[in-house]
Amino acid sequence: MSSLNKYNLTKSLLFYLPVFFLFLSVLNEIDFNYLEVKYFSLNIAHILIFYWTLKNPRYLNYGSIFLAGLVNDVVVGLPVGISSFCYLLICAVTAYLRNITITPKFINDWISLLFTISLINSIQIITLDFIFSIEVNYLRYMINSGFTFIFYPIFLFLFNILEKKITIQKND
Amino acid sequence: MASSRDDFVIAIRSAFLKKSYQQKFSLLTYIFLSFVIIILGSLNFKAVQYIKIGINEVVYRSSFIASSPENYFKDVRIKIEEHFNFYNQYKKNEIELKKLKEKKLSNDFLVLENNKLRELINETVQSEDVYAKVLVDKDSPYLKSIILNKGSKDNVKIGMAIVDGIYLVGKIIEVNYTNSRALLLSDLNSKIPVLLEPIDIHAVVSGTGKNHGVIEYTKDEYNQKIDGKEMIVYTSGYGGLFKSGLPVGKIFTDNINKENKVNFFSDFRQLDYVKIVSYDIGSGN
Repeated sequence: MSSLNKYNLTKSLLFYLPVFFLFLSVLNEIDFNYLEVKYFSLNIAHILIFYWTLKNPRYLNYGSIFLAGLVNDVVVGLPVGISSFCYLLICAVTAYLRNITITPKFINDWISLLFTISLINSIQIITLDFIFSIEVNYLRYMINSGFTFIFYPIFLFLFNILEKKITIQKND
Repeated sequence: MASSRDDFVIAIRSAFLKKSYQQKFSLLTYIFLSFVIIILGSLNFKAVQYIKIGINEVVYRSSFIASSPENYFKDVRIKIEEHFNFYNQYKKNEIELKKLKEKKLSNDFLVLENNKLRELINETVQSEDVYAKVLVDKDSPYLKSIILNKGSKDNVKIGMAIVDGIYLVGKIIEVNYTNSRALLLSDLNSKIPVLLEPIDIHAVVSGTGKNHGVIEYTKDEYNQKIDGKEMIVYTSGYGGLFKSGLPVGKIFTDNINKENKVNFFSDFRQLDYVKIVSYDIGSGN
């Protein structure tokens, strides 16, 4: 009985791990800035949302993504709603990709990520600059998008391992 | 042609409107909700402000806990770096201390003289200090700010100065009940009226989003006046937010593009405790 409870607990914990990582990344704004590598920063939340919603939206439901966006706005100090809007646009792209793709290909997904983050960062810059009159550093946005794109395969590899574990637990 | 257009419409409709497993609302509902929040936020709608304050109270504390592992690595890296530079730093400090001791003697006299002159013109500068702990110091590419554990219940107000020791660090831009956010001098949106000494020129120091500031809104010929001199940047007191004479940084010339930049005295990466200060500058006139 106790081993069954333990098994169920592990299963639930693994299933909620993507949500946990998402909230951890927005609360902590993990960007490896403490490494002090000039200009180096990447947006893990974008990678997490892109990967997990592309795989299957049940791992990261839209409600928690919306809430994570609000939390991110508060932590970073952006006007409330902007990150939620951008995160949900990623979901829209991934949902569209899921609908039109029969056999997923890594290279297609990777290029789609570049298109998506370029689109949402452009929307964010336009909103901040023109609606809220907040000056932003365009170069840092570009570098952030570039590193997010470059580092995607590493996270893809790690998340694939995690996804396999979740699926196995689910099928057992 | 028509068939591929139909496929596109079906895919879009399915992506936005379909409620899949464990989803309470469709994607379009959430996107619409975020859009409404952005619009209401831009119009300073009261309800959105209250929601934000409510989220702030919870999120800042959670963020402080969630950031602790990253902060630990940051501290370790700084400690290792300091350890390796220990001897060189000691030698530098020794020379600097000797110079400072000499300067202090003449400064003490100037302070006394300044106080006497202030008494003569009946000018008083009163300040209220609140010590605050830095909860979160996000070096985000979007905003250079810190979150402090003091808020409106401790009489913190928007516009109050943040100082680290005697050095100006930034100003309060957002106040919640138990915490507040301060914009650092290095942020792109930070602009502080300053005085360049010893050439006595008024200017504005703007943040760059990096770890230095730039001099703006001043006469062009100030470059010639610098001419290799050591230039210190102090607050000018214009605008009435800060008192005059708070040290901000030192001017250095970037050898690559020959541009004058301000190297801030305070290291914004290592702020643990700061002082929130409000100045009441009174005049006998």
